[in-house]
Amino acid sequence: MTVTPAIEIHDLSKSFGRVQALDGLNLAVQPGEIRGFLGPNGAGKSTTIRVLLGLLRADAGSARLFGGDVWRDAVELHKRITYVPGDVSLWPNLTGGECIDYLARLSGHAEKSRLRARKVELLERFELDPRKKARTYSKGNRQKVALVAAFLTDAELYVLDEPTSGLDPLMEAVFTEYIREARSAGRSVLLSSHILSEVEKVCDTVTIIRNGTDVESGTLDDLRHLTRTSVTAVVGGNPAAVAQLPGVHDLVTTASDGGTRVTFDTDNAQIGTVLTAMSALEVRSFTATPPSLEDLFMRHYGDVIDADEAAAEAAANGAAAGRKAGAR
Amino acid sequence: MSAAVVSPPVPAVGRPAFGATLTGTGRMVRFMLRRDRVRLSVWTASVVFFYAYFVVALGAMGDEALAGRALIMETPSGIAMGGPGYGIDDYTVGVAIANEGITWMVMALAIMSILHVVRHTRGEEEGGRSELVRAGAVGRHAPAVAATITLLIVNAVIAIVSALALYGVGESDLGLGDSFALTVGSGLSAMVFGAIALVAAQVTEHGRGAVGISLAAFGIAFMVRAAGDIQERHGSALSWFSPIAWAQQMRPFVDVRWWPAALSVVAIVLFLLLGAFLGSRRDFGSGMVAVRAGRADARATLRGPVTLAWIQQRIVLMWCVLGLGLMWYASGTLLPDITSMIAEIPENNPVFAAVFGADTSQFTTAFLGVMVLFAMLCCAAYAVVMGQRPKAEEGVGRAEIALAKPVSRQRWFGSQLLVAGLGTAVLAAVSIWGLWVGAVSVGYEEQSFGDYTEVLWPYLLALAVYLGFTAALYAWFPRVAGIGWALLIYTFVIGMFGGLLEDLPDWVHRVSPFYWLPAAFTEEPEASHMLGLTGVAVVLFLLAFAGFRRRDVPSV
Repeated sequence: MTVTPAIEIHDLSKSFGRVQALDGLNLAVQPGEIRGFLGPNGAGKSTTIRVLLGLLRADAGSARLFGGDVWRDAVELHKRITYVPGDVSLWPNLTGGECIDYLARLSGHAEKSRLRARKVELLERFELDPRKKARTYSKGNRQKVALVAAFLTDAELYVLDEPTSGLDPLMEAVFTEYIREARSAGRSVLLSSHILSEVEKVCDTVTIIRNGTDVESGTLDDLRHLTRTSVTAVVGGNPAAVAQLPGVHDLVTTASDGGTRVTFDTDNAQIGTVLTAMSALEVRSFTATPPSLEDLFMRHYGDVIDADEAAAEAAANGAAAGRKAGAR
Repeated sequence: MSAAVVSPPVPAVGRPAFGATLTGTGRMVRFMLRRDRVRLSVWTASVVFFYAYFVVALGAMGDEALAGRALIMETPSGIAMGGPGYGIDDYTVGVAIANEGITWMVMALAIMSILHVVRHTRGEEEGGRSELVRAGAVGRHAPAVAATITLLIVNAVIAIVSALALYGVGESDLGLGDSFALTVGSGLSAMVFGAIALVAAQVTEHGRGAVGISLAAFGIAFMVRAAGDIQERHGSALSWFSPIAWAQQMRPFVDVRWWPAALSVVAIVLFLLLGAFLGSRRDFGSGMVAVRAGRADARATLRGPVTLAWIQQRIVLMWCVLGLGLMWYASGTLLPDITSMIAEIPENNPVFAAVFGADTSQFTTAFLGVMVLFAMLCCAAYAVVMGQRPKAEEGVGRAEIALAKPVSRQRWFGSQLLVAGLGTAVLAAVSIWGLWVGAVSVGYEEQSFGDYTEVLWPYLLALAVYLGFTAALYAWFPRVAGIGWALLIYTFVIGMFGGLLEDLPDWVHRVSPFYWLPAAFTEEPEASHMLGLTGVAVVLFLLAFAGFRRRDVPSV
């Protein structure tokens, strides 16, 4: 039996003028799955989500929600999903409570007593005063309004675009709790974020996006497997043999008290071979740091960051040179 | 526990010196002037320009026309819109400026003063910027005092430059002393409202509230002065309760006296003291009156995009209905007087002849037609503004939130346009019928209610074209939806001056939606024209919906 995925994106492309925002993106979320959607600002996360919501029209590829076309069947599909943007703007002359009710009613949910009780509970948990006009809310409070409205309705799929931006850690914890509740109720979640710890806390699976393309996708454990473990050890023997092993990278040796300090990264798949080779070297101390999602992230974005820094430096130098030239 | 730890001596804080709550005022004054240099320069230049313009425009009228003008200024509506009527028997340019201009100059300067004071006191507190400033070595009263000082500087500059402009442009017909009496009196009167705004800024928690209270104070002053002056020429006792009267009662260009200015000065000082008293007794960021909490739950009627669009547009609509309704009502009351006045103009004025026609017997209806044209241009402007509401919604991301719900694009867009369209229609009806009510209330009954309604409905079709045009622009080229204004300006220029520019090709006229309408009160609408306008409006709306359906949101 095949299950219809909650989200199914194939080879999605979208450009704005000359800017290629999405370039052959693939993404799938199965029913009951909590998928993290990771990438830095400008990678194409919000564009993907807007295509999913039928707000932007894709140039090429397909995007489906529950098997339906996101553009053509938008209204029908939106009855089954709920969306929280990363920067919520509300109707300034409505109160927070009115905004929440309005959004719930647009979803087609009649105001039943159960819904009321749920609203009271959510307002209490998120510590939100619903009687204030939306124009007086801070960014965090506007975010809370959208979150309360989202968790108020029984959507099958939560599409969350950096939903915790502006929330304090306590409120993030409340948010995490409600996501877990949604998971145990069998709902699906697409959680876009650039906060790794948040994704590590609640997500089963992760898709990493870079320049509009998915560069990595899988369960958190799978992905950790792909990454490298950092090893620092002090050994009595000659570590040259270890350096020759496949899967050992960036090996550096320095003289240390009564031995040689050696640091290197190793592919997790090769860690058994490396340990065997190390054990022959009179190991005096040994530290291995397990890979974090952050390492994973940095592996994909490290060169981007380097390039950005280089560009920034060049720009700064250029500006300095310009100033000098101007001074002359 | 060890007793060996000796804390370093903490320098004692002495008693604050006198005036410590004003520390930093000088720096803030310089900062405010720097920050507002463009804004304040524009205000100054505009006010000076209008003073100069009035001198030139009134001077060009000639003595006879001025005498005619004086007659209008003796009617109740003339007094309400003008002044107490000093020197009305010898209506010179200076007298006219003082009698008719002071109310409006005080209004302009009062609005400037109110906005300036609230912006730099409550507005800054509300925006959180004041918190940074007050955390520095800045006294509690410094922002308020600095706002007052800068306001005084600006009003002084405006008064001096305006007086010199009056004296200069008036070719020495206007005495320097009288000119100063006029501008200084108006400035002081306006400063009273600035001082009221300072008190209001202590009382309310939000800047909008403070502005609202202060503008309401001006509105009351306006009505008190008008009511007082209508009772008695040169003002009754009631008039003297209004700060506007204090400027008018200086009688510039008639028999100048300076002592009424002292009333303004006393009032300013009293309000400033009250403001300081209240300011010392409240917490930073809070007001004296707590903001009322709103509803925790939405009304049952807030179910869909139509209700929401109505909630968003109703405040603006209400103010427009009130403002334009009153304005056209007032214009209606002036109708009999004005028509008799303009009857004397066209013989030697080709511009007027082109606009109103050369046949003097038709002046009443021709003039009424021009008023209707103006009224409907205002409504078209409302349609253009409201047609761009969806763009604002899209720009800030609220459209996205709504469209992510099971709300189709047509439903969302249609709701916005429906409320905008109905609002425009209401505004048009209030304007046209307002003219009728005004005219009837002074016993001018040449045209019946039915005649006015006959004029109204073809205009509704034309107004739909403006809304449809703006909507279609927004749907297809959201970034340049502002081009909707171009059609309006085109209509205005062609409608007002098309007759002057001879030999224009026909199509130049036909582009204007108003071209297809019958001449107000004289012609019957032509069925083919009405059908054509309807067709164009329908096509534009269909285009708008088709365009909005297929494009990316957001793309503004």
